[in-house]
Amino acid sequence: MEIKDIIKEENLVYSKTKLLTDTTLTYCPGCGHGVAHRLLMEVIEEMNIREDTIGISPVGCSVFAYDFMDIDMAQAAHGRAPAVATGIKRCWPDKFVFTYQGDGDLAAIGTAETIHACNRGENFTIIFINNGIYGMTGGQMAPTTLPGMKSSTTPFGRDVSLMGNPIKITELVAQLPGTYFVSRQAVHKPANVRKAKKAIRTAFEVQQQKKGLSFVEIVSNCNSNWKMTPIQSNQWMEENMFPYYPIGDIKIEGKLIKTN
Amino acid sequence: MGELRLMKGNEAIAEAAIRAGCDAYFGYPITPQSEIIEYLAAEETHKRTGMVLLQAESEIAAINMVYGAASTGKKVMTSSSSPGISLKQEGISYIAGAELPCLIVNVVRGGPGLGTIQPSQADYFQATKGGGHGDYRLIVLAPASVQEMSDFVKLAFDLAFKYRNPAMILSDGMIGQMMEKVELFDPVPRNTEFDQSWVITGKTADRERNIITSLHLESASMEKHNQELQKKYIQMQEQEVRIEKIQCEDAEFLFVAYGSSARICQKAVDLARAEGIKTGLLRPQTLFPFPTKEIEKMAGQVKGILTVELSMGQMVEDVRLAVNGKIKVEFYGRAGGMIPTPEEVLKAMKQKIIGG
Ligand SMILES: Cc1ncc(C[n+]2csc(CCOP(=O)(O)OP(=O)(O)O)c2C)c(N)n1
Ligand code: SF4
Repeated sequence: MEIKDIIKEENLVYSKTKLLTDTTLTYCPGCGHGVAHRLLMEVIEEMNIREDTIGISPVGCSVFAYDFMDIDMAQAAHGRAPAVATGIKRCWPDKFVFTYQGDGDLAAIGTAETIHACNRGENFTIIFINNGIYGMTGGQMAPTTLPGMKSSTTPFGRDVSLMGNPIKITELVAQLPGTYFVSRQAVHKPANVRKAKKAIRTAFEVQQQKKGLSFVEIVSNCNSNWKMTPIQSNQWMEENMFPYYPIGDIKIEGKLIKTN
Repeated sequence: MGELRLMKGNEAIAEAAIRAGCDAYFGYPITPQSEIIEYLAAEETHKRTGMVLLQAESEIAAINMVYGAASTGKKVMTSSSSPGISLKQEGISYIAGAELPCLIVNVVRGGPGLGTIQPSQADYFQATKGGGHGDYRLIVLAPASVQEMSDFVKLAFDLAFKYRNPAMILSDGMIGQMMEKVELFDPVPRNTEFDQSWVITGKTADRERNIITSLHLESASMEKHNQELQKKYIQMQEQEVRIEKIQCEDAEFLFVAYGSSARICQKAVDLARAEGIKTGLLRPQTLFPFPTKEIEKMAGQVKGILTVELSMGQMVEDVRLAVNGKIKVEFYGRAGGMIPTPEEVLKAMKQKIIGG
């Protein structure tokens, strides 16, 4: 049997996500950003809400998310995506609005915007990619960098006595009455991918029901700046990131179900 | 004739915004302009016209909310005073780069730093030369009365949408706080039918997806974008200059002043003429585009120019550029909320220009 005999309609188990453009992803091979993009676009496609969806890309490796996501999008200043989303959603309460942000964007420079949008219970979705490092600028320390973890600005490891402990912003926003659904997921294995997609879907359904802010963290890798192979980085993530950032739902239907 | 009311300048801005069909206001309180958001709140704009009103957590958040709402084609505004406007600069640069229309009001107070809450015109450089990073310009309107506080709101929105460029009303604590008679324009219906070609409201089957961004990583594309922006600014300079000339026909000496300072100079012109000194006043209503040609023309008529500002001398640089050495240009100004009297200004004219 030759390859061409296998490529047949009935053998298709996977096809390209319709709402991703044909632009080649600029992410490093093995990086979690690409999978997260796909899941987000699949949810929008499956809910059939593209005509009413507006996305906000951050400053970070995913600044060019608008080149890959085939929907209307705005690019926000570093950390300000939740404010940009607020401006849109307040004017268009029936549209679906989401931000897609890294940890530096969301939990360092944009902390105020994140917390206040969550506190006001703005009716949009925040997708938060936590890779514990500044990817785009070459691997500097992030607010989520683990204790002892090396980065280009903590070459001997993060010293918590000087730099403080990594911030668990997801647990923090879950405390606010304005958040209705808060979940932490990963996208490095098929089972995680399925759960992450379910969480993103729930987040958009919360928007549809106008229940408040929905927040999905995706603990992800940055194999390039962690200076590991993709496989090593995923293993390292499981062994080091997951104990500090445990995977699972944190708040469902406005109720905290898990406290870390 | 429109409705007549006695109002504070700040209130006139707020009422005019509602009447101009503004869709949303995002702001953070700061003296001397908090009456704008307070007036809007008391008016319950969501009931009156459906206008969205939100007190943001900071000026940074407010300007980025403006960026978001403006991306969807809505008529949106924010207002603040000097320190708050400084915080907005990154956002304003993004808005100019992404070519979004909006209105930003600066009711200027004295600086630098936390400065004073008293009136000042020391934000001229920031407003007209960029303020934020990169090569961009705001359309800058300078009201000199409560009437113009109202009228310029409508004008600013019209110009902002015409050029897809942020417009600023550069006022000061004096005009913001003082009460005057104002004739309000009739309410304009809110924009429901707007140019959909660039806005982001969700990609529909009948059009390409839209992207609002100021990012141009490739040098050639960045340069091209800069050139396109310059074309807009040149067009503004050719078409949008607005000035008021007071007693200029036979003037031998000229005051150039905007906003509050122009009010003082107008009185000084009367005082001078009572003494037989033929002075006039040229009042720029647009600070960008700047009335370079109009001032150059006056330089062919008068013997000298005194620029008066509530600052240590900022607009005077543009006046000197316009005059280009032809005649003498001097400056008189007070800072920190100190307001010169018409007599003081006339004395400066005599000492620095007429006698000098
Ligand atoms: C105001 C401002 N400060 C700093 C930067 C530089 N900068 C760009 S991306 C970035 C960090 C991004 O890290 P993160 O949000 O974690 O996203 P990642 O690249 O890891 O996906 C920084 C500091 C900027 N663009 N703007
Ligand atoms: S630098 Fe890191 S976060 Fe950025 S694309 Fe590469 S692996 Fe992903």
